[in-house]
Amino acid sequence: MTQSHEPDKVPVTVLTGYLGAGKTTLLNRILSEPHGKRYAVVVNEFGEIGIDNELVIGADEEVFEMNNGCICCTVRGDLIRIIEGLMKRKGRFDAIIVETTGLADPAPVAQTFFVDEDVQKAARLDAVVTVADAKWLAARLRDAPEAKSQIAFADVIIINKTDLVTPGELREVEARIRAINPYASLHRANKCDVKIADVLERRAFDLDRILDIEPDFLVAEDHDHEHGHDRGHDHHHHGLKHYHDEDMQSVAVRLEGEVDPAKFMPWINRVTQEQGPNILRCKGIVAMKDDPKRFVFQGVHMMLDGDSQREWKPDEKRESKVVFIGRNLEGEDIRQGFLACAA
Amino acid sequence: MTEAQATSSLAQHVRLLEAGAEVVAAAFVGEAPALALADGAVLVGEPDEQKHVLSHPDASILTAISDGRTLLTGGDDGRVAAIGADAVAHTIADEKGRWIDALALRGGSYAWSAGKQVRARDENGTVRTWSAPTTARGLVFQPKGYRLAVTHYNGVSLWFPKVEGPPQTLEWKGAHLDATFSPDGRFLVSSMQENALHGWRLADSRNMRMTGYPGKTRSMSWSHDGAWLATSGAEAAIVWPFKDKDGPMGKAPRECGVREARVTKVAFHPRALVVAIGYADGLLLLCRLADAAEILVRAPGGGPVRALGWDAAGARLIFGLESGEAGFLNLPG
Repeated sequence: MTQSHEPDKVPVTVLTGYLGAGKTTLLNRILSEPHGKRYAVVVNEFGEIGIDNELVIGADEEVFEMNNGCICCTVRGDLIRIIEGLMKRKGRFDAIIVETTGLADPAPVAQTFFVDEDVQKAARLDAVVTVADAKWLAARLRDAPEAKSQIAFADVIIINKTDLVTPGELREVEARIRAINPYASLHRANKCDVKIADVLERRAFDLDRILDIEPDFLVAEDHDHEHGHDRGHDHHHHGLKHYHDEDMQSVAVRLEGEVDPAKFMPWINRVTQEQGPNILRCKGIVAMKDDPKRFVFQGVHMMLDGDSQREWKPDEKRESKVVFIGRNLEGEDIRQGFLACAA
Repeated sequence: MTEAQATSSLAQHVRLLEAGAEVVAAAFVGEAPALALADGAVLVGEPDEQKHVLSHPDASILTAISDGRTLLTGGDDGRVAAIGADAVAHTIADEKGRWIDALALRGGSYAWSAGKQVRARDENGTVRTWSAPTTARGLVFQPKGYRLAVTHYNGVSLWFPKVEGPPQTLEWKGAHLDATFSPDGRFLVSSMQENALHGWRLADSRNMRMTGYPGKTRSMSWSHDGAWLATSGAEAAIVWPFKDKDGPMGKAPRECGVREARVTKVAFHPRALVVAIGYADGLLLLCRLADAAEILVRAPGGGPVRALGWDAAGARLIFGLESGEAGFLNLPG
């Protein structure tokens, strides 16, 4: 999947979130803003109540297994068909928003953009946006594996209904989220009152946009100012409790200096083959030996997309970093394996 | 043969036309050429005297097919319309805004699907409904008898609309897209999401796998004698032999019009073993199966060829591109 900047590809935003978290509220907020954009909205139930938009397409979420030797490779068959059909209306809408059901796994949606050539030509996955219920998320993380996957998979997480919890409960739920996914950008909201720019046109799957992969521990609490890029702080500075999620973790490994491509390429392929079913997302910025350009990659389960990006800047430290988010990852195996790729 | 070596060209016999929107299908209805367009219109008639038939107002035509007498269009307005040589659109069905995903047409019988719901209408106008296990992607009538093949996830079902009871399902793992019967009715072939074709010999449901495509096959066309099936999805038209009782099993396909561009559309000539091949770069050529000789019809440029249609005599070819360019070829003498 090559997702370099191609302006004629239609951006696709995926809205996930457990039942009742507020996905439809967010969708209506996006649609009612005076942005001048025309959206094609794909929803699960046709004629879903209260979606006020010209172009609403109802779909059954049809998750298909691909017979391509990749055991976790599933795609949304309905989405392939719908994007093909929407291309007949090319130029008459600007972007696509896909609202998934509360119990949906986001992976098949994302994988559709890696697997299907026609979808890749027509559209690009912009970001996975997950709406979480401030009051009930902690309970759902205990009893609903889908809710945990949605958090782990997200590029943007909106903690909704914050008015229903105390500041302490809010810090607690944020810490729970961070234990699973420290990299998504996090926004607090009531009735999904987030800025459209925080949700759309994120280019989260665009290789050219992978700038750094530091944990994002700062939460945007005040909508009047951008949240700071004061990254890389020790999270204790922000008063967050540290949680460890029992089955979903992120593994981040930093390697000072350069990587030998002859070691790295077989290693990353092996890791994603062996642990692919458990890896939800991965990302990396790698300094290849004798290469003036940064190598960046990202992946979903067993699928990888990588490319040479911009040149390393003269004042930039040539170091390599990889991040994996997944279920019961063999973290030590990943850590040792990556460090062994040193040039 | 490469393009540079192509010695002959029919380009001077082509009349070009700006259709105004992506051409979804091109066909002759009676003697009248017809272009179904993504903007909801159908252009019927010779280049200078075309009638603009708005069969799907404020909507898009998602799919359209023709049997040489009628052009059937399915829109994202949920409507199915039939247009004859008189250039009048008749509404056949209205599924209340649900997208029409697939169509089939034979004689006076029509079939269409919206999601899982498949409907068939016989010559007398009686409509019957069957619900496929997953979204129906392709429909085709069997050459004889009132029986419809419906492609879906993990197989193709053969439905007798006039017979009670569940259809026979030919199972094969994966998502099946379009389907076609060999003209003699012995074989059924589907195209798949996995860049492959799957075939069944209907007498014994024996499976045939036709693989090796770099892309999805979305166009299939039988030779007039039923001995060959031309297919898109590779950097040549892949033509499978179906003459023998085992079909293409154990045989290699022919490759026609090998180029460095993906074939997007194929259409066999109705009387000769010549196939019209349209490519992703807009080039269109005719290729003779016997010796792979090529004749250029349209030079590259302008994006993928999306539609091809011969008239019944094989004297005229109509084509259309995704860009909205279209053309009529009159074969000389």
